[in-house]
Parts: sequence; structure tokens; C-alpha cells
Amino acid sequence: MQQHSAPASDPTKAPGAPTTPVGSRSPAVTPARGPTGSASGSSFTPLQDFEGTITPSDLHFEVHHAGVPTIDPAKHTLLVHGLVDRPLLFSLGDLKRFPQVTRTCFIECAGNGVLAWHNGPFGKPDPGLTPQQVAGMTSNSEWTGVPLKIVLDEAGVSRRAKWFLAEGGDACLMARSIPLEKAYDDALIAWAQNGEAIRPEQGFPMRLLLPGWEGSASVKWLRRIELGTRPWMTRWETATYTDPLANGTARQFSFEMDARSIITTPAHPETIAPGWRRISGLAWSGRGRIARVEVSTDSGLTWSNARLEEPVRSKAHTRFTHMWKWEGGETVIYSRAADETGYVQPTRAELIRVRGAGTQYHFNPVYGWRVLPNGRVFFYGAT
Amino acid sequence: MLVSLYGGCRSGGGGAGTREPKRHYGLGSSATAADIATRDVDVAPDGEGLPPGHGTPNEGQGIYARQCASCHGTRGEGKPPLYPQLVGRDSIAEGFRFGKDPRLSKTIGNYWPYATTVFDYVRRAMPLDAPGSLTSDEVYAVTAYLLSANRIIPAEATLDSATLAAVTMPYVDRFVNDDRHGGREVR
Ligand code: HEC
Repeated sequence: MQQHSAPASDPTKAPGAPTTPVGSRSPAVTPARGPTGSASGSSFTPLQDFEGTITPSDLHFEVHHAGVPTIDPAKHTLLVHGLVDRPLLFSLGDLKRFPQVTRTCFIECAGNGVLAWHNGPFGKPDPGLTPQQVAGMTSNSEWTGVPLKIVLDEAGVSRRAKWFLAEGGDACLMARSIPLEKAYDDALIAWAQNGEAIRPEQGFPMRLLLPGWEGSASVKWLRRIELGTRPWMTRWETATYTDPLANGTARQFSFEMDARSIITTPAHPETIAPGWRRISGLAWSGRGRIARVEVSTDSGLTWSNARLEEPVRSKAHTRFTHMWKWEGGETVIYSRAADETGYVQPTRAELIRVRGAGTQYHFNPVYGWRVLPNGRVFFYGAT
Repeated sequence: MLVSLYGGCRSGGGGAGTREPKRHYGLGSSATAADIATRDVDVAPDGEGLPPGHGTPNEGQGIYARQCASCHGTRGEGKPPLYPQLVGRDSIAEGFRFGKDPRLSKTIGNYWPYATTVFDYVRRAMPLDAPGSLTSDEVYAVTAYLLSANRIIPAEATLDSATLAAVTMPYVDRFVNDDRHGGREVR
């Protein structure tokens, strides 16, 4: 009898691996967040490695102010107090007994895009940036939880309450003041992300979820909600996450994320070949649905509408694609998103003109990728 | 119709098109005064939440030197980009020019709109390697030191719940509410 010890290179000539308790990516596929290792810092999601719209949970971008806490879900409770009739404590089990909602939405850090603006010589964005570095502080997930208003009604909110403080159980007790209207609009207390328990980096065992608003307001590891008449003016809504303007003021409570888009392929560090290829990217708006994404393949001379992949969800990443025949010449390709409010993603120059060169958060310009005749692709940020 | 039992059919985030009626579920357990007191650490600009206690810049200087200076620098000059500058009223950044120049460093003295935020934040989060370890007197003292080093309060001041809530920061009037509303105009 012939021995069946087939070479490993031919998977049809030997049985494959057995079943396993938890799957893993192919060894040939190695997407990674970066930079890593900082407890009070950020780590960007590899946008260029994704298809569709959902960010794999283990690659969701991270921003923490005092690291990721280790929380025992059996001991964790959420306290609701302040201007309420009945101060209440909720365990995770209590919250799971309420009616629940599942919705897909993005979470984006207010600082997304800052690296592309401030990196390198002032005003000269670094051509070596990748989609991950340019816009990797946004991620899109299917979130499950209880509408915040149901939990608040359980405690009985006083008519005098206008704001609430949301506080996390991490080592800085991260806290943000949120207008009460958002609670009665679409805020959730979420405990699941993409069909399973929220990951520790995203707020296990429960987090606030404020669709469309800057990520820092969706307080992770939620342990306390206090109802009050006015904002508390925490460090994260005064010293940070405020927007200085050229007129000598600083915008505060700038929660909503304006529309943004980014082409994720072709992008740096790809090298492309002449002929037909798909341009693909993501667009999103904190104010509703994406109405259209325009793409230019001739350095901004002409623009055409990209195809939006269904479903186009409110406050969620939307995938756009556009077929392009590259003839081999030098060009810059751009994407420009518009949302259902009529907002059109501005250029970098326009943002700096209306806000001043000191603008930092909420920096959402149209960006491009420069394609050289040899097919190499570089970030083009000077729009 | 089934839908009418639910008091109308408005499309919510759930996708089914029906809403749960507003009702009391009786879930959760009563929070006691002690449950609230152990967690309720926040301080507001009107002074609500400030605990009893007091401290002076002089007392705070020693605490700062022992527990804060290793990261934030001997005089609060910071070690960018990891450790923020806390003290600074130099003429370049003075005048709230941050909107014009992203290289200017924000400090408690040249940017923070409320003095109570210093107390609130330090009590929550600092020192980074031992958050929550300072007593109320120590937080008052180190807050007094940081405000005095930023030339907000005199070196001989004493901070307590009343005097801290009474401090007005130089640039509080510069903070305005968000005026972006979507639509065609870029702001
Ligand atoms: C081990 C290093 C370390 C020590 C010690 C430390 N800090 Fe900090 N501090 C930090 C870091 C890091 C941040 C920024 C945290 C973040 O990004 O959210 C910070 C932020 C701050 C801020 C906010 C600054 C801003 O502009 O937002 C204040 C105020 C502050 N620290 C005060 C103190 C005081 C007072 C002490 C001593 C009691 C102290 N720190 C000790 C590392 C430290």
C-alpha cells in the first residue's frame, strides 16, 4: 500500500486541521492595530485591511486615558442617581432583562485625522501615511443594549434635570456631561458588540453608546450616571476635547461628528498596475445617512458619484466603490462625502480658513492618494 | 390591530417598527446613601460636590514635588508628548491664541475655564500610578499649588470648598457652545 504523506503544500492530499473552540485568522492574514503599548494613548484600526463595513471587534480602535481596567462582571453595577425619584443600582443581569435594541453605528474619536494634519513639517502632511494612520480612529460595530431612556425612566427623572454625567470605572474615572435630550433620542447602554460581550478595550461589561457623537462621550466601563441641571465641566470637556478657533474662542460640547470619507484602496503603501481596478473606501456622518460619495481620479478636475453599498445606515460606516481604469499617468484620487443634511466634506484649506490653523479635533477634510507613474501610491493631504 | 395595542407604530432603532409601551419594570435595586457616597466624586463649577478640607500652595508644593514632578516636571513644565504641561503663563500663548497656532501648549493657567476641574480631575485620576490615593486636604493643597504657580491665586491663599468655587479662571469667557449644525455651511 502506498503511504499517503502528501506534501503540506497540497491541502487536497491530506486531512485538514480538526475543529477548535475559538477560530483564528489565517496565518497569511495579519491585520494589526497600532501604535500599541500606551495606557493613556490611542491605537488605530487597520482600515485598509477591511471589506464591507463592520470592524472586527479585536481590531476596533482604542483610546484610553488610564488603560483598560479588569472588571469582574458579577461585581460591576451601574448607579443611577442625582435628580431622580429612586436612585437605583443595576447589575449586568438587570440591564439584560430590559427591552433591547441592536443597531449598527460607528464610534469615531474627535481626534481622528489629527496625525495627518500635524505629523511631519507643519502644514505638510507626511506622504508615508496609510489609511490606518490617516483615519484609523473610527470603527463600526453592531451594538446591542438597552435604550438609556428606559433605564432613566425606571429611576424617574426629575423635570429639573437637563444634563447627565456618565462616569466610567477605569483608573481615571473618565466622566463626560451629556445633554439629556441625547438620552431620549438614541443613546444606549450597550453590553454586546458584534454578537458577543463587549471587549474589555471597548468597555466591558457595559458602556454608554451615543451614536454619531465623538467617541470620548460614549463612556466605557460605565459605572455611574448622575442627573443634574448643568454640565460638570470635567477635564475631558474643558482642557481636552474642546476646539480653539482663530477668533479667540473655543468650542465646547462639540459632540457631533461631521461627515468624512477615506479611500482605503488603492492607498499607501500599495503599488498598483495599469488597467481596471476597484477604488473602495468608507464614508460616514454623525448627523445621519451618507447621501453620496464623489470620487475624482484626475486630481480633482472632475468628480463622479461612487456606488454606495447597501444598506446605507444612519450614523454608520458606508462602503463606497468606484471602478477606475488607470492608464499609468501621475494623478491624485480623492473621495468627498455628503450627508443627508446637505453637508459636504470640506477641503483642508477650507477647514483651516473657517477655524484657524490651530484646529485640532473634528478635522475631517477630503484627503487624496497620489499615484506615481511607477504605480506607487502616497498620501496626499494638502487639499 | 396588534400594533394599536402598543400605542402607535413609530419606527425606532429596533427595526421591527414597534415600540415597547412606557412602563415601570421594577428592575434594579435601591441605591443607599452609602452606595451613592462611595461613588459620587464629581465636583461642579458652583462648588457642588467639594468635600470638607483645605490646603495651601505651600503644602501643595511638597506633595507636587514628591508625587507629581517625576512626570510633569519640577515646575509643571511637562514632558511632551506623554506628560502634559500643567503650569505656564508665558506671553506667547497668553491671549488664547490656540486657534491660530497648534504648537502652543495649553496649561491650567492659559486655558482651563474652571478651577474646580483641577480638583475634580486630580481626585479622579492623579497621580497616574496611584489614582484616588490623595486625601481631600492633599487634593486641595496640590490644586492650590497648581493655581498659584499659574498666577491664578496668591501664594498665601487657602483653598477650601468656598474659596475654590469662588476662583474665576482668566479665559472662562472664551468657551462657547458648538455652533455646527450640519447643512451646507462648513464651521
Ligand atoms: C506616572 C506619571 C504621572 C504622575 C506621577 C502624575 N501624572 Fe498627571 N498626568 C499624567 C499623564 C500621562 C496625564 C495625561 C492623561 C491623559 O492623557 O488622559 C496626566 C494629566 C494630568 C493633568 C491634566 C493635564 C491636561 O492638560 O489635561 C493634571 C492636572 C495632572 N496630570 C496633575 C497631576 C498631579 C497633581 C499629580 C500629582 C498628584 C500628577 N498629575 C502625577 C502622568 C502623571
